[in-house]
Amino acid sequence: MTATAFPAATERPEPVPIRRPTVGARISRLVLPVFTGVAVLYLFLPIAVMIAFSFNDPAGRQNITWQGFTLRNYVDLWGRPDITGPMVNSLIVAVMATLISTILGTLIGMALTRYEFKGRTGLNLLIFIPMATPEIIMGASLLSLFVSIGIQRDLMTIVIAHVMFNISYVVVTVRARIAGFNRALEEAAMDLGANEWTTFRKVTFPLIFPGILAAALLAFALSIDDYVITSFVAGRSITFPLWVFGVSRLGVPPEVNVLGTLIFVVALVFIAVQIWSQRRAIVARPEPGA
Amino acid sequence: MPRHWRWLVPYLFLIPGGLWLLAFFVVPMLVMASVSLQTGSLGTGYALTWNFGVYPEMIGAWAPQFERSLWYSIVVTALTLAVGYPMAYTIAFRGGRYKSILLLLVILPFFTAYIIRTLSWKLILADNGFVLGNLKDIGFLDDGFRIIATPVAVISGLTYNFLPFMVLPLYVALEKIDPKLVEAATDLYASRVQAFLRVTLPLSMPGVFAGSLLTFIPAVGDFINAEILGSRDTTMIGQIIQRLFLNNNAYPEAAALGFMLMAAVLALVFVYARFVGADELTR
Repeated sequence: MTATAFPAATERPEPVPIRRPTVGARISRLVLPVFTGVAVLYLFLPIAVMIAFSFNDPAGRQNITWQGFTLRNYVDLWGRPDITGPMVNSLIVAVMATLISTILGTLIGMALTRYEFKGRTGLNLLIFIPMATPEIIMGASLLSLFVSIGIQRDLMTIVIAHVMFNISYVVVTVRARIAGFNRALEEAAMDLGANEWTTFRKVTFPLIFPGILAAALLAFALSIDDYVITSFVAGRSITFPLWVFGVSRLGVPPEVNVLGTLIFVVALVFIAVQIWSQRRAIVARPEPGA
Repeated sequence: MPRHWRWLVPYLFLIPGGLWLLAFFVVPMLVMASVSLQTGSLGTGYALTWNFGVYPEMIGAWAPQFERSLWYSIVVTALTLAVGYPMAYTIAFRGGRYKSILLLLVILPFFTAYIIRTLSWKLILADNGFVLGNLKDIGFLDDGFRIIATPVAVISGLTYNFLPFMVLPLYVALEKIDPKLVEAATDLYASRVQAFLRVTLPLSMPGVFAGSLLTFIPAVGDFINAEILGSRDTTMIGQIIQRLFLNNNAYPEAAALGFMLMAAVLALVFVYARFVGADELTR
């Protein structure tokens, strides 16, 4: 089939003369990007304030007006066990809750995507409803349970609660990853003589690992930031959000901003490393057929 | 493992997590239902007396806070939708190669603690803070002008905190839309507005629905924004439930309120689902 046989095809590249957009049309095309840019700045505003005021040198307890630049808060933080203690509690709780919920949630995710069994609808509902329940209801009902059966509330009960609300998110995240998974790869491994355990270890697990990692990161982030449910089940123990909320009435010391800034930077580095390693993986392993 | 035990495998996978959810989500709900019908006090102990009277009593006592929470959350959902939809639309259709970086910017607030973000807003909106204070100094605003401790402060705090929850599902829904469908509409002489209203918008409804749920549900039970940014006139039902439970040890009353909140949320979700036409909740 040649171009001369279809003269219309040769004219295709420029079917319509390009009209110069009017000034009005050009401005109206800018509305959405500008709006989005402003909205993104709005999302960043309180973070910028948090970072700026971590360098503030406040005169009294109130860190609300700009007094002057200092790095002292970054040094002083480490001599404030009243702040670092709750932070350590938060880290302990988040690590334990992440480990347990990631294991339990991944198992459920695998059961849901790879097996047929009775009670699937019920299980789906059991996964969905906690995500659709206001946190305060979950906190209140857990407190009702712990008070009724006389369980002492401490870090352990916080972990129990965090695992509970994390499981659903882990299941949803992991399930999304396993759903796009090619079963033929496992069959190939079995055909080549691998037993089930070897197949899981060498094929299945490495392939779904990114999903598990994403789920674990989400669980960690949800856990370390939780205030509402934690406030119900904490008893006398204090996590970082509980501590910050407690002192917020009297005035928040700049060390809180320092810790918030450090967490923000660590999270950014995590994301940057993840994006970078994904890019590298794509470069190192070109798409099949490319 | 012998072949005839195969059917057990999925149950082995789901039983540990399933039991956890049963023991620490379902059972507590039932216990809370039972607690709401008990009478007694922390000193003398509680007994189940099927005291249904506590429900109308609690509605009577806290109706304004209940209504306020529902109203605030509806306004917040509408505001996040109004701000979030154009954002998600722009990122999905005009983002180009900046898509992933723009999405990252949208979830940036999640990298800081919820409470610290809200405290930052308190700082920004403070009566004599660096924003209002300066505007007052140059005479742009009246000295008595304030945002903090007003409904505006609480609603804007909630709107800020839940905006990403609205943008992400909207983006997912819009991203899935085939641009060819919109092209086809314009080829068939639909104006750009018509094409949006008749093609893009209906196709993005699942995202609107998911985003609204993800915003409304946490907003209606939230008490951090009202506690930090509000005043006595902006008290939300979450604050009442928390105080009754933790400060007053009024367990039956608090449990009854919690249950009614849950019922109200479920009812609204159901009505909204009918309205939007999304029938698959778990999808």
